[in-house]
Amino acid sequence: MKHLPMIGLALAAVFCAGQGNAEELTGTLKNIKETGAITLGYRESSIPFSYLDDNQKPIGFAMDICYKIVDAVKKELKLDKLEVKLNPVTSSTRIPLMANGTIDLECGSTTNNAERQKQIAFTNTHFLTASRFVSKKASKLNSIDDLKGKTVVSTSGSTNIKQLTEANAARNLAVNIIAAKDHGEAFLMVETDRAVAFVMDDILLSSFIAGSKEPDAYVISKEAFSKPEPYGIMLRKDDPAFKKVVDGATAALYQTGEGQKLYDKWFMEKIAPKGLNLNAPISPELKSEFAHPTDSPDPDFYKAM
Amino acid sequence: MFANFDFDVIRRSLAYLFFDGMTFTLTLTGLSALGGLIFGTLIALMRLSGFKLFGRIAGLYVDLMRSLPLVMVIFWFYFLVPYIGQWLTGSSRPIHVGAFASSLITFVIFEAAYFSEIMRAGIQSISRGQPAAAQALGLTYSQTMRYVVLPQAFRNMLPVLLTQTIVLFQDTSLVYVLSIPDFLGAASKVAQRDGRLVEMYLFAAVVYFAISCIASFGVRRLQSRIAFVH
Amino acid sequence: MNYHWNWRIFWEPAPSGTGTYLDMLLSGLVLTIETAICAWIIALVLGSVVGVLRTLPSKAASWVSFAYVEFFRNMPLLVQLFLWFFVLPEIVPHSWGLWLKQLHNAPFYTSAIGIGLFMSARVAEQLRAGIGSLPRGQKLAGTALGLTTAQTYRYVLLPMAFRIIMPPLTSEFLSTIKNTSVAITIGLVELTAEARSMQEFSFQVFEAFTAATLLYLLINIVVVTAMRLLERGLAVPGYISGK
Repeated sequence: MKHLPMIGLALAAVFCAGQGNAEELTGTLKNIKETGAITLGYRESSIPFSYLDDNQKPIGFAMDICYKIVDAVKKELKLDKLEVKLNPVTSSTRIPLMANGTIDLECGSTTNNAERQKQIAFTNTHFLTASRFVSKKASKLNSIDDLKGKTVVSTSGSTNIKQLTEANAARNLAVNIIAAKDHGEAFLMVETDRAVAFVMDDILLSSFIAGSKEPDAYVISKEAFSKPEPYGIMLRKDDPAFKKVVDGATAALYQTGEGQKLYDKWFMEKIAPKGLNLNAPISPELKSEFAHPTDSPDPDFYKAM
Repeated sequence: MFANFDFDVIRRSLAYLFFDGMTFTLTLTGLSALGGLIFGTLIALMRLSGFKLFGRIAGLYVDLMRSLPLVMVIFWFYFLVPYIGQWLTGSSRPIHVGAFASSLITFVIFEAAYFSEIMRAGIQSISRGQPAAAQALGLTYSQTMRYVVLPQAFRNMLPVLLTQTIVLFQDTSLVYVLSIPDFLGAASKVAQRDGRLVEMYLFAAVVYFAISCIASFGVRRLQSRIAFVH
Repeated sequence: MNYHWNWRIFWEPAPSGTGTYLDMLLSGLVLTIETAICAWIIALVLGSVVGVLRTLPSKAASWVSFAYVEFFRNMPLLVQLFLWFFVLPEIVPHSWGLWLKQLHNAPFYTSAIGIGLFMSARVAEQLRAGIGSLPRGQKLAGTALGLTTAQTYRYVLLPMAFRIIMPPLTSEFLSTIKNTSVAITIGLVELTAEARSMQEFSFQVFEAFTAATLLYLLINIVVVTAMRLLERGLAVPGYISGK
């Protein structure tokens, strides 16, 4: 089995921990140096941030950013070879898997907010998006109040399902909330009329609509559940050395023109697997964030930029 | 009724389904059955040993595993194993454990409880004359177990053990809850990506049915050939 | 171990606005019990019918029940639930399918029926074994007394068969309760699903799962004790199961 060598190597690496290094490495950097591998968590259907192409390989905007971070880590640790392991995550498994050490970086569409920062850390923001819902035009649902008494789906573990739950309680909507395992499953529920609406970040909704069989049948609500919130790549908390390397890599990426180039590659050009073009020009807030990278969880911070 | 179904999606994804999905499922089944059997036999021996403490611990373990739903145990181990690894190896961080390793550990520990009950019944069904004769011949406890009791118990319970393995094969589909790519997981990934739920789930149902049917038929043939020798 | 323990989480309000996290878990528990009982009733009724069919002299009855049992035993429960929940609404006429999908408690009905059918095959097998373990003289005596087959089953065979198979039926009922957790995949928000929800909203993984584990153990103890009392209450003095 291909996993035995990996487990053996990990155990051996741990037992060799006694070997001294020139500089004291701690935390994730230490782990990476000893095992010679870094594990990236990827999403399966968060187009265009992190998703599987036709060959079941993860690609996307966040994946590219992560690979740049991996290059920076490799340089920092002066390694000749750094093995990149890939581990699929969903909205509900990403935080526990980060906390228990299964992944070192989560490259996807994770919203950076203050509550999550109690459990994990984020690096510089790579996108800003608000929470909305998609529904079929035929359902004629325009505002959140129109969802009263209906069946609405969202992805478990996301900030969106939490916002939906809170709005449901606050506005007394008696919505029947279904929790789907991942975005693909949730959108399919709207497609097959199992749910009338899917609540998710609007950029992901546009991608799903664009990739669906009948893009014209769907509409994204104007009313949002939240202000535009930042996406960040996740890493473990209380690991300042690693955070420094990651922050440095992402800041360098955004501040030089490369960040903009990567953005255009995924949002303004045709992307795999169906050759869609999302045609979503960079928002002014995100542009100014690229110029002054930050990992702030506060949506108002970006508005003021 | 079946007008707008595209069964070609099955043919297009066969390689992925079988090379990735089915190999995962079968490897997990095989290794878990083996591990579960070995661990289960140890637990059964602990329960049947003279030492009250061993018996108690083994009994508690079996009762705990048999009261919990497998889905719950899968969740527990997926999130817990790295911490246990950290504690066991004394490292400073939780140990990285992949999906396969985590599932394997889960199923070995869960199924061991069931295998232990089967082996316990098997060991108890051996007539008392056997270990007595072994003792008369001067064999130690472990020699008795290894050469006299366990081989007979195993042979007697083989059909039940194989049936439990078929149940284990079906249970591996539950790793779906963690999006782990076993056969059913692979089928549903294709289903969701291409919007072909009906075709893929029907295909998955047929495959599971065929494999389980053939396997249980095989076990029934085996059962009629193994006579109980007392 | 850098995990932040917080056992007070149970008393903190859940974001669903319906109370504390503990209330969330308890509502999941209630749904687990409801689904399990509905599924068990279906399983008992159908399983008894099929079990009896298995033991009838008629070849057709035997074959039909054999096919029934094999169908439900050879497919994982998860796959069966998917068939009922995802495939069925797509292959029936469009308006029926739409009604099925929009049904407000669709996961509940689907799980109860799906799990019920799955378990009915196992109940049928247990009943067949139970009837088969009765002395052959019982059936013959029934015929000698002039009872029809139906009467023989109703007054002679089944009462004893059910008492004999009470212990395995107890474990099948416990299996039913455990199997409700599989319905998390079709959206039933039972105990395991609520524990997972709690974990996702509050990030307190171990507290949530420990509570759910304890609740499952509690259900187990209650059911085993209740069944033992029932067994004792129904026992026929002097017969094998009477004690």
